Amino acid sequence: MFTEDSPLFQQLADKIADDIAAGTYPEETAVPSATDFAVFFHMNPATVSKGVNLLVDLGVLYKKRGIGMFVAHGARQKLHRSRLNDFRAKYVEPLLAEAHVLGIDDEALHTMIFEKEKDQA
Amino acid sequence: MTTAIDIQSVTRRFGRTTALSGMSFSAEAGSILGLFGRNGAGKTTIMSIIAGQDRPTSGRVEVLGREPFENESVLSQISYVRDNQRYPDDYKLHHVLRIAPDFAPNWNADVAAELVEGFRIPQKTKIKKFSRGQLSSVAIVLGIAARASVTLLDEPYLGLDITARALFHDVLIRDYAAHPRTIVLSTHLIEEAERLFDRIVIVDRGRVVVDSDRDEVPNLAFTLSGTADAVGRLVRERTVLRSNTIGGLRSVTVRGATDEALAAEARASGVQIAPASLQELVAAFGESEALAPASDSAPEAALTQNGAHS
Repeated sequence: MFTEDSPLFQQLADKIADDIAAGTYPEETAVPSATDFAVFFHMNPATVSKGVNLLVDLGVLYKKRGIGMFVAHGARQKLHRSRLNDFRAKYVEPLLAEAHVLGIDDEALHTMIFEKEKDQA
Repeated sequence: MTTAIDIQSVTRRFGRTTALSGMSFSAEAGSILGLFGRNGAGKTTIMSIIAGQDRPTSGRVEVLGREPFENESVLSQISYVRDNQRYPDDYKLHHVLRIAPDFAPNWNADVAAELVEGFRIPQKTKIKKFSRGQLSSVAIVLGIAARASVTLLDEPYLGLDITARALFHDVLIRDYAAHPRTIVLSTHLIEEAERLFDRIVIVDRGRVVVDSDRDEVPNLAFTLSGTADAVGRLVRERTVLRSNTIGGLRSVTVRGATDEALAAEARASGVQIAPASLQELVAAFGESEALAPASDSAPEAALTQNGAHS
């Protein structure tokens, strides 16, 4: 689940952000405590705090003194907005690169996406 | 931040054998330090010295600001269970648990009880008849429940099954989070423990070859894997720590961080490039002849990164 491609605290922050964006932790509810995350992922508690604080700095989480960390109001929208910016680089560009390797032309690619969407609708 | 363990130019000779050769590193109070290296690299020797059970031939060791050897005020704050710890012949588990608090002023019986149950340590069998895994379990109970300011865990998992190892990690982290302490943990099962550490120290032949903040690990080395020709071109003028060639394929671990230019070059020639994992790093430094000291000098070959250490 964790790799060496970026610091661990960054990967943990990304993972919590993924869960918030997906609605696993709704806004204005508590996320698991730093110790819970540490025990669950067998991760150093200082690393966990660093990751959680990253999300506090982004305004995604906020601290309720003596209670714990909560998902901020508007956090989901905020995460969606930043992910929209990444969508092109993270998904569209690799998709086009692989299509190019396989010799799938634009028209075939459009058809593939259109058919898949029709399936899911 | 204060320093809990400070090791300065420690050398330890046993007759003609030099086990430690000018070893230096330190651990911040409240941090978890991972100590890695091959068998015979010097891990147990330095742990015994930190624990005050042995003294350096030369150099200096301070634990909580004092030399630990025969220093009762420091020794009572250190927990160290040797991997070959012996118990009196007729001892059963309850004997050990009864005397343990005498040596550990912060002893916590609840933590001990939880571990004893989780590990399923036999209560009625004499300890001298315990299996390797059961002996490891007893050592872990003593090590964690002591809640000592300085806790030394030398290969604590020998013979433990995967369920017991997971329990060890769970309890260690939970108890450490509630009661922070300085922990030095050595293990060969690197992947299971790698996210626990604040700091990484790799030793080889009695010397420190890596001393780094955990977050810096991805910048210490990287791996390249592809056709031997392409890999060979990419590693020209770089320090190769470890190389493996099979047929026309070659994979290497290279010292240093990757950069955009190299990554682009690698992709263009169909070579996979990735930061080395902690396990790959330890394997590479344990195997590397590139870092072998020619004589007693050349400690500059060591790779030290002081990151957030202050």
